Amino acid sequence: MTKALQAAVLLFPGSNREKDVARAITQATGQAPSFVWHDERSLPPGTDLVVLPGGFSYGDYLRCGAIAARARIMDSVRDHAERGGLVLGICNGFQILCESGLLPGVLLRNSDQRFICKFQALRVENAATRFTSAYKKNQVIHVAIAHGEGNYFVDAETTAELNISGRIAFRYCDGFGRADQRANPNGSIEDIAGVFSKNFNILGLMPHPENLIDALTGGEDGLGLFASLADSR
Amino acid sequence: MKARIVVTLKSGVLDPQGKAIEGALKSIGVANIASVRQGKVFDIELDTADGEATQRALHEACEKLLANTIIEDYAIWHD
Repeated sequence: MTKALQAAVLLFPGSNREKDVARAITQATGQAPSFVWHDERSLPPGTDLVVLPGGFSYGDYLRCGAIAARARIMDSVRDHAERGGLVLGICNGFQILCESGLLPGVLLRNSDQRFICKFQALRVENAATRFTSAYKKNQVIHVAIAHGEGNYFVDAETTAELNISGRIAFRYCDGFGRADQRANPNGSIEDIAGVFSKNFNILGLMPHPENLIDALTGGEDGLGLFASLADSR
Repeated sequence: MKARIVVTLKSGVLDPQGKAIEGALKSIGVANIASVRQGKVFDIELDTADGEATQRALHEACEKLLANTIIEDYAIWHD
């Protein structure tokens, strides 16, 4: 039997979804993740997956994720990613990955200026990755979103590149899988909800799949992401 | 030395806060408001009197942290 996926969840002052994501990882892999404080100089040996959880690191001061992106542990995360290690950033974690330059673009204030907290349909755009293999391409999943700054923005050239290379992971859509302005909750360019890095070892997304892992609490559509990661070893 | 850095959104980047403020100014009847863009101001004290060192430090501060140059421009003033 292969060894279970070893995950490390980073903790910044103001992270608040770390236990949710830890529960999802434990449920999918059978192995609880370790927690790593932002001021550490290294990741635990044997780490396969680094998770940047949701929350409000540093109170969203300056720009969301800007200060966390310069934390000491991020040098180790960058090394880990360069070696091909997996990195997952959810919500504030996605903002941190963008601010650190590990993913392209930036998350702006929602176009209607409001904090949004609701169920949202997503369309799986690329199911041929280690993060999404348990889904089918164009599958519609229902997960939670909860953010004030989820309005994804990149220049036109990068958007084209993301499209061509299959680096768009999820798009906001309606219940029928139609991605358009009406289904887009926050103004994100091309309804983008999540993107991959060039080598598909980094995923950042605004929605919270870690909160949809149990039929008793709203559904299991988020579990596929963690099941994919568990199977990726 | 004292310095001031102003960070603003690049033109072309949607600024919903600026738009809302613009709307509010118009709605309270302030005359001649054409448009509003919101930015950030940083007042910084430096422990050097050397102009070149100051310039270098302030540029580094902007590039490394204060501005996200994908969406923002910055301007620097100092004594």
